[in-house]
Amino acid sequence: MRNLLVFITKYNAFFLFLIFEISSLVIYIKYNSFQKATFISSTSKITGNLYAQKDELVGYLNLREVNDSLAKENARLKNQLKTSFYIDTLAKKQITDTIFKQQYTYIEAKVVNNSINRSNNYITINRGSKQGVAKGMGVICSSGLVGKVVFVGEHFSVVQSLLHKDSRFSAMLAKNKEIGYIEWSDDLNPHKGFLKDVSNNAQPTIGEQVVTSQYSLFPAGIPIGKVSNLRTKNGGYSLNMEVALAVDFSKLQYVDVIVNKLAEEQAGLEAQQKKDE
Amino acid sequence: MSRTILINLLRFIILVFMQVFLLKNITLYNLSTPYLYILFILLLPFEIPNILLYVLAFVLGLTIDAFYDTPGLHAASCVLLAFVRILFISITVQKDGFDNEPEPTLSVMGFRWFFTYALILTLFHHFFLFNLEVFRFSEIPYTLSRFVMSSIFTVFLMLLSGFLFYRRKERK
Repeated sequence: MRNLLVFITKYNAFFLFLIFEISSLVIYIKYNSFQKATFISSTSKITGNLYAQKDELVGYLNLREVNDSLAKENARLKNQLKTSFYIDTLAKKQITDTIFKQQYTYIEAKVVNNSINRSNNYITINRGSKQGVAKGMGVICSSGLVGKVVFVGEHFSVVQSLLHKDSRFSAMLAKNKEIGYIEWSDDLNPHKGFLKDVSNNAQPTIGEQVVTSQYSLFPAGIPIGKVSNLRTKNGGYSLNMEVALAVDFSKLQYVDVIVNKLAEEQAGLEAQQKKDE
Repeated sequence: MSRTILINLLRFIILVFMQVFLLKNITLYNLSTPYLYILFILLLPFEIPNILLYVLAFVLGLTIDAFYDTPGLHAASCVLLAFVRILFISITVQKDGFDNEPEPTLSVMGFRWFFTYALILTLFHHFFLFNLEVFRFSEIPYTLSRFVMSSIFTVFLMLLSGFLFYRRKERK
C-alpha cells in the first residue's frame, strides 16, 4: 500500500494528466454529439453579451456594404409592391385575397458571432425563444441561404451555417427544376459548395442559378449560388457540380429567421405516417 | 509572489481577449490559424505545482472553448500541453537553477532554449487539437498541412511577443 502511494506521488504528473485529459475528453464527446452544451456556449449570458458589445464596435466598419445591400433589397421589394403593377382584371385581386394566406413570416436578427474558418461553423444571432425562434427554423439573408437554427436560448440562438460538415439542404437548378442537395465543399473554402445527386438528364450550364427547392425548410426559390464548375467527382447515376455560393459568410451582419406556419402540421403528419408503417 | 500572480492574471486576460476577438478572425489561405493563447501556459513560473498547472490549463482551455463553442476540445489540448511542458522542463532544466530564473521567458532562457521549447510544445498542442477537431482519418493530408502551417504561425507570434517584452538580464 505504501509502495503504491509512493509510486503515485512520484509519477503524479502522469496521473494528474490522465484525470484531466479524460475529464476534458468526456466533456468534448458528450457535448459535441449534441451539438451544443447548454452552459458553455455563446448562448450563455456572459459570452453572448461580450460578443454583442464587440459587434456594436465592429458593425460601424461594414456600414457601407450593409447600406448597399439594404438599398438593393429595397429596390427589389419596391418592384413587388402592388403599386408598381397595374391591375388587369378585378377577379385577380379577389383571388389573391382569399386563396393566398401567409405561410412564411420572417424574424429579423443581427449576427453577433460568426466564424468561417473552422470545419464546423456556427453563427450566433441576437434573437431567441422570447422572440419566437425555435429549433429547426431556416435562416436566410438578403443575398441567399444561410443555415438552420440548432440551438435556442432565451435571447440568443445558434445557427448551423451552410459552412458545416453536417449541413445539407434540398436545392434545385432554377431553370429546369431538377432537384439535388447542396453541401459545403470539402476543402473548407467559404465561397464554394457542391450540388449533388442531380439526375443525369438535367444538362446544367455554367452560371446557372441554384435555388432552394420546395422540399426544404425554406420557401422555394431562395438563391444559393451559381453553378461554377461541372466537374463530376464520382458521377455514376447522378451529376455533381460545384456552386459559387451567393452569400459572403465573412460579411454576414443581418439575417432573417423563417417561421413556417405549416411546418408543425407537416412534421406531425409525417411522424404519424412513420408510426403507422 | 503576489506580483507573479498579478502578472499571470493580466497575461491570461490579455491573451484570451486577443485570441477570441483578434486571432479568431485571422486565417491565411484557409490553412493557417494561430492559437497564441497557449503562451500563457508556456510562461507560467518553473516552480508551479503540477496540480495547479493542470487546473490552470484546464480552465484556460474551457474559457477558450466557451468562445469557440467547442466544449472540451481546447481543454483537452491544453491539458496535454501541460503534460508535455512538465516532461520537457524536467529533461532540459536543472532543479537547482530555479532560484534566479523564475519564468521560462525568452529573455531569461535565451533564444535557443526558448525556440525549442515553444516549437515542441506548440507542435504537440496543434497536432492534438486539429486531429481531435476533425476526428476522421479521411482528411489526413489536409489536416496535417493545416497543423504545420498553423504551428509556424503560432511560434512566429510567440517569438515576436518574446522579443517585444525582451528584458536584458543583469548577470550576477
